[in-house]
Amino acid sequence: MTGTPVTTLTYRDALNAALREEMRRDDGVFLMGEEVGVYQGAYKVSRGLLDEFGPMRVVDTPITELGFAGVGVGAAMAGLRPVIEFMTWNFALLAIDQLVNSAAKMRYMSAGQIGVPAVFRGPGGAALQLAAQHSQAFESYYAHIPGLKVVMPATPADAKGLLKSAIRDDDPVVFIEGEMLYNLKGEVPDGEHLVPLGRADVKRAGTDVTIVCHSKTVAVALKAAEQLAGEGVSAEVLDLRTIRPLDSAALLGSVGRTHRCVVAEEGWSFAGVGAQVVDVIQREAFDQLDAPVLRVTGADVPMPYNKHLEKAAKVDAAKIVDAVGRVLYR
Amino acid sequence: MAGSTAARRTRGGGAARPADAGAADQYRLWLREMLLIRRFEEKAGEAYSLGKIGGFCHLYIGQEAVAVGSIAALRPDDYIVCSYREHGHALARGIPARAVMAELFGKAAGCSGGKGGSMHLFDAARGFMGGHGIVGGHIPLATGMAFAAKYRGTEQVAVCYFGEAAVNNGAFHEALNMAALWKLPCVYICENNRYGMGTALERASALYDISERASSYDMINEVVDGQDVLAMKNAMDRAVERARIEKAPTLLEVRTYRFMGHSMSDPIHGHYRTKEEVEEHRKRDPIALWSQKLMADGLMDEPAVRALDAEVTAEIADAYRFADEAADPEPGALFADVYAPEKG
Amino acid sequence: MATQVVMEALSPTMEEGRLVEWKKQEGETVAVGDVLAEVETDKAVMELVARVGGVLLRQTVAAGQTVPVSSPVALIGQPGETVPAAAGNGAGAGAGAAAKGAQQASQKPAPPAPPPSAAPAPAPPASGRIKASPLARKIAQEQGLDLRAVQGSGPEGRIVLRDLETAHPARPAAAAPAPATARAPAPLRPVPPAPIPAPAPGEPFADVPLSQMRKSIARRLVQSIGPVPTFYLTTEVDMERVWEAREAMLAAASEVKVSFNDIIIKAVATALRQHPACNAWWQEDRIRYWSEVHIGMAVAIEDGLITPVIRHADRKTLREIGAEARDLAAKARDRRLTAEEYTGATFSISNLGMLDIDEFTAVINPPEAGILAVGRIASRPAEHGGAVALRRRMRLTMSCDHRVIDGATGARFLQTLKGMLENPLAMVW
Repeated sequence: MTGTPVTTLTYRDALNAALREEMRRDDGVFLMGEEVGVYQGAYKVSRGLLDEFGPMRVVDTPITELGFAGVGVGAAMAGLRPVIEFMTWNFALLAIDQLVNSAAKMRYMSAGQIGVPAVFRGPGGAALQLAAQHSQAFESYYAHIPGLKVVMPATPADAKGLLKSAIRDDDPVVFIEGEMLYNLKGEVPDGEHLVPLGRADVKRAGTDVTIVCHSKTVAVALKAAEQLAGEGVSAEVLDLRTIRPLDSAALLGSVGRTHRCVVAEEGWSFAGVGAQVVDVIQREAFDQLDAPVLRVTGADVPMPYNKHLEKAAKVDAAKIVDAVGRVLYR
Repeated sequence: MAGSTAARRTRGGGAARPADAGAADQYRLWLREMLLIRRFEEKAGEAYSLGKIGGFCHLYIGQEAVAVGSIAALRPDDYIVCSYREHGHALARGIPARAVMAELFGKAAGCSGGKGGSMHLFDAARGFMGGHGIVGGHIPLATGMAFAAKYRGTEQVAVCYFGEAAVNNGAFHEALNMAALWKLPCVYICENNRYGMGTALERASALYDISERASSYDMINEVVDGQDVLAMKNAMDRAVERARIEKAPTLLEVRTYRFMGHSMSDPIHGHYRTKEEVEEHRKRDPIALWSQKLMADGLMDEPAVRALDAEVTAEIADAYRFADEAADPEPGALFADVYAPEKG
Repeated sequence: MATQVVMEALSPTMEEGRLVEWKKQEGETVAVGDVLAEVETDKAVMELVARVGGVLLRQTVAAGQTVPVSSPVALIGQPGETVPAAAGNGAGAGAGAAAKGAQQASQKPAPPAPPPSAAPAPAPPASGRIKASPLARKIAQEQGLDLRAVQGSGPEGRIVLRDLETAHPARPAAAAPAPATARAPAPLRPVPPAPIPAPAPGEPFADVPLSQMRKSIARRLVQSIGPVPTFYLTTEVDMERVWEAREAMLAAASEVKVSFNDIIIKAVATALRQHPACNAWWQEDRIRYWSEVHIGMAVAIEDGLITPVIRHADRKTLREIGAEARDLAAKARDRRLTAEEYTGATFSISNLGMLDIDEFTAVINPPEAGILAVGRIASRPAEHGGAVALRRRMRLTMSCDHRVIDGATGARFLQTLKGMLENPLAMVW
């Protein structure tokens, strides 16, 4: 990437730029969701879009997740490329029937006649003290479904590049951002910047252990890697970027070099994304492992309101460092 | 835009209009189409009991006039979205009987490649957008297609068929609200056959008159006699025109009756409706009513009707044979079409 | 406390064993070395031997049962000891690895079981299985390291990568090939062969890392042919002199029994001493040139084929070879060969002459690099002294692993072998 001109953008503005560029490029792309237009977006991701593209292309909806998700699916079936925004993925549970029974399956049931090139996006996971119903990481629900793709960028550059690719993708894409990520600043390449779906990214190269992570946990893992470097441990941080399809080749390549792996994620442990990652590694890289693959996950509880309890429930660098210590037998 | 329910309701032609020369062919075609559906459904029932059709099979017998009359008002580029009781709609839309029967038999030559089955018939070229299994879940899809038509500035209309039990579902409410709010070219057809599976309408709905629900959305609505194919066509003409020109949606409550059980596993009568009730409704068999009318108007005579029936019966027998002899999908079809093909 | 007796790995490839018959019954006293039971392995019927003395308290596996290697089969202890009714691994928690020849990483490989004192945590597992990470196992296998001799520092004695590095610091590279003392090329031999290095001190073999040329030959040929890129060389040998010599021996002493096969084994072994390049093993990233010659002799048995080995065949007399060959063949047919008796060949011979086969191609036994297929001795017209005569002729076909043996190399060996058979005194030249 040396030599490519870059601009420092927030994650939010990177998404905004992606939407704007894709809506200019293809007039079949439109944005629909609660408060996306006049309000400029609940998290300001769609700031300025209504002014540029008008109310037919930036559509404010009533509070009807199921309904407007279905409208998005129907519009995609009719050949448009909707971007459906859920204010948060907590509310999208109401719409899950449309994502799973309609969007994911339409192409298969119709034997390839009718696809659903829609993107469903919004913030997922916890923020600060939003309590049990507003703090949930649901990526494994959608990653479970054949017919869907699930994408989770951790940086502004990936946010822009992946959202553009997701909009151009002909399959339904679940695109999960993070409220705590919107203000994150990072370098974004100028010009047409596309990141392919289905490819993980080594955010920090290392030799002693692979830390697999995604979304908000990437920053936590990088912090842990810094700390570990001070203790003489070289940790490789592998950002999945796309959950489904999973980049098995990147996982196996990294573990093949380091021989030890810790999988960290925000969500709950049971049947979480990490469980799938561990399955791939133990099945395909068994002989490469010097230790069992360990997982660091959110606590197996609904998110509590109290500040300290919430912190204890979340994944932090110390927990990752501890797990790394165990796989290194220190 | 506010108005009383009565003000928004229009009343259309329950009585037949006088036949003119061009219309006669149309009328005979409708009889043929209804007969085609009837004989198809009977044959499907037979095939199901022989194990050639598996899973669920929901028959449309008794409701033929609704599909035939309403689809007759559509153009080739309009969208149709149905529930799982959609064999009749598929045939009325022109999907060949062979392709529909083969799909029910799960064969590769079926209109969904054998991958959909009875509840998921698709034909994108004819705007037949499925066949959906979740009650009410497909209604927002039709709203979305209407949105696409308005977005693109075309004259296309999206038509959505569902049963009266779906109107209590959240998806119905959300979809109709948005259609009225955004003024979308959509026609919602509630085929009120009085029973949601085993539950009579009065046991499921606080408000018996389905059409009244349209007032929640300030939407134009109409009640139609679903056993009268001409009444259905006329009501549909009005709704379609309103959608194309004014971009306003309509809710049609079409009162009809299914003569068979909810599905092949449901008896015709006994649990939740009496034999007498079924017999009473059979007196208003839409095919009998229409053929009697055509004969009364001098457009057909009895031998012609019987000849037509024989022709249709032969067509269905051919479709059955075709489906029976057709090949299963290749094993590789299992993994095909989960995702779009990779772009080059 | 009672000591576990476990199903031992009685052959290198054994994964499970069928207990054929108990030779000691419950209540009998056993001494170290007594045969406890007969066990059928994947290759032969073997004896399971007691590693501790005491009383056979319980047979936990019945005759006829098949159990995986490392499963408990019996308990040996003090007279009058009570043992739990259910056969469980818990019984030997402290005693640990008793009957398996001390597979515990923490002990040197000494046969007697440790006294059953209370073991400090982490206790070695009762079944005696070595705990090692998959990576450590893989590397130990690749480098020929014995995990039994490695101390594990992981949880519950697990051997991990760093433990291998502690136990076996990286060895210096294998002895570099000796400086080329080029042989004077004989006429008609276009290319002098590269010299084979001398074995490392104390080792009966020398490993030569692959040169680039070897690597690329290996890579290309594997792709075109399969796991072992094989080619075949055929030669026809005039056996008249061998025939006469044997007839003379049989006439001279009636108790003498020597077969053609014995003679062929001796000739092959002798020729291999002169052609060490054909007496080698393919080892994935190196070739092992053996300085000892052990000939595998293919024997047809009831349900298949096995290849017992005549060790140091080059140093044995024909009489010794003959006796051994007969003995091994009999054992093979009775499935009574021990592991040492059917492993470790450096070259193999398969003879179908007695079944009237003129010639055939044999399949190489990896990791060996060659095998000789011997056909029948038949009277055929051949050139002799300028005229055509009926001569006793025998066809030999050598299968060669091209990653180890090139065409010329194999051909030279066959030339030597043919020379020895056609002129038997050359064997003792």
